[in-house]
Amino acid sequence: MTWLSPEEWQAVRLSLTVALRSVAFSLPPAVLVAWLLARGRFPGRGLLDAFVHLPLVMPPVVIGWLLLVTFGIRGPVGALLHDWFGVRLVFTTAGAALATGVMSFPLIVRAVRLSLDAVDPGLEEAARTLGAGPLDRFVTVTLPLIAPGILSGAITAFAAGLGEFGAVITFASNIPGETQTLPLAIYSATQTPDGEAVAARLAAFSFAMAVVGLLLAEFAGRRMQALLGRAPC
Amino acid sequence: MLDLAIRHSFPGGQGFTLDAAFTAPGAGVTTIFGPSGCGKSTVLAAVAGLLRPGQGRIVLDGTVLFDSAARRMVPPEQRRCGIVFQDSRLFPHLSVETNLRYGLRRAPRTAEGPGMEEVVSLLGIGHLLGRRPVALSGGEKQRVALGRALLSRPRLLLMDEPLAALDASRKAEVLPFLARLRERFSIPILYVTHALDEVDRLADRLVLMEAGRVLACGTLEALSARTDLPILAARRDAGVVLGCTVLGHAPEQGVTRLGFPGGEFAVPLESAVPGAPVRLRIRARDVSVATEEPRNLSMQNVLPAVVEAVEAGRAHEAMLRLRLGPSLLLARVTQDSVHRLGLRPGLPVWALVKAVAFTPGGGDNPA
Repeated sequence: MTWLSPEEWQAVRLSLTVALRSVAFSLPPAVLVAWLLARGRFPGRGLLDAFVHLPLVMPPVVIGWLLLVTFGIRGPVGALLHDWFGVRLVFTTAGAALATGVMSFPLIVRAVRLSLDAVDPGLEEAARTLGAGPLDRFVTVTLPLIAPGILSGAITAFAAGLGEFGAVITFASNIPGETQTLPLAIYSATQTPDGEAVAARLAAFSFAMAVVGLLLAEFAGRRMQALLGRAPC
Repeated sequence: MLDLAIRHSFPGGQGFTLDAAFTAPGAGVTTIFGPSGCGKSTVLAAVAGLLRPGQGRIVLDGTVLFDSAARRMVPPEQRRCGIVFQDSRLFPHLSVETNLRYGLRRAPRTAEGPGMEEVVSLLGIGHLLGRRPVALSGGEKQRVALGRALLSRPRLLLMDEPLAALDASRKAEVLPFLARLRERFSIPILYVTHALDEVDRLADRLVLMEAGRVLACGTLEALSARTDLPILAARRDAGVVLGCTVLGHAPEQGVTRLGFPGGEFAVPLESAVPGAPVRLRIRARDVSVATEEPRNLSMQNVLPAVVEAVEAGRAHEAMLRLRLGPSLLLARVTQDSVHRLGLRPGLPVWALVKAVAFTPGGGDNPA
């Protein structure tokens, strides 16, 4: 490919890596939290619900700063990770993925919860009376039925993750090859004299990726519904 | 044997409290019958463990499933009570065959019960195995749901109005399978319904419920002869259910003769084998009485009887209890007839039975 420079390709690849890792990070806990919110009856459920949705309504920079305070080398969690496991999150690709994952967490929770609400609890009851324990019926009944929601949540989170800016730049900084993802590269280009062309190329590329992503999500969703036997086959 | 005594209040409900107790013996079909909203499905959910009653005790074959005093509650997945729900609740993402195997795979190795082939052939669902539930008709869904519950090798089979969501023809399609199942397997069944024809066809015993309480329980034959149970006696199709035996056929006259303790009936020709038990519901409105032996009558069933009691029925009506040997018939007549004929306890009369509702299978399916 000649129309993107090696540095620009690096930003694209990094964006993909960060978005992918962020989804991998946040998907399992998001499914768990969605399940707790949809099925759980416990005190503080409303509080958890509000807490999960914070990244949607708070400025991303504030989220990034909170992560910095918590996961920084001197932060309560960051210090532990550094001292015990030698893991450093600030200013690393993993850190960028963490910040992106936190930002897209509510997107997955919402998508999964919507599909959980659509699952008839009667089916889980039926599985129960047929001898299936809690984990068994989650894996064999609930999970397959919410698979379309999980998939669409993951794709949305991935697409949103490609463009995460505020939280990443605050927590992981703007280091080419390490944390400089596509939007950060575009931002940097606009700050450079004669960077207009670079910014335009990167912007066009991210537009193309977004369109492909949306089409993929649509196709995967339909395919999945058919597999689940929702539509006559 | 199922032994149940529970109390349960619904929070925020209209002051509805369930307070039910009954015992169901080991084998056969125990039907819980009552109007919608009487709490019969709640009883079933409590037995299955899907609902935790406020207080009480449920014991199945010596195993305590629930005991509020001892704070014991066996979770549904360990109770081994298979349920057939009104809305079949088949898993939409699994094929019919995988649905059927779902419970079988989770049943304890030691549990005995019918195998896959036997159940599939009994329910006639062999041609559906590869399909998804979405491609099944309502009746087919219920048959598969029945098979799925049966294959989980339950100690007790619970049925929550399994035919209520089906139209009449679908219902007629599934009912014979239920009758066959009841006849083939010795598994105890608790069957909730508000349809009297299902009761007539399937019930060995009846638990009558109204407004959260058990009004009476006993055999169908015994309860159908009671006039103090308005939810049975006030119905248009109220009447005594008699257990009969097929005596023989007279094809040239187009009749089948049925015997019961205390008399005989002639009914339009049936295919049942002589000696087979069948069940008749003799509706009270189809029975009239005469004080002299009627002659030159088109009716075939004229039986000598003795008036045992004259009870007040609905407006201007009376309910007669007629004794025929050990059996009993109910007859619904007008108050005017009671006065004109001077009907009183002890009076010998002739009972004229206009029509006989023949329930194939009833007692034990001869098919």
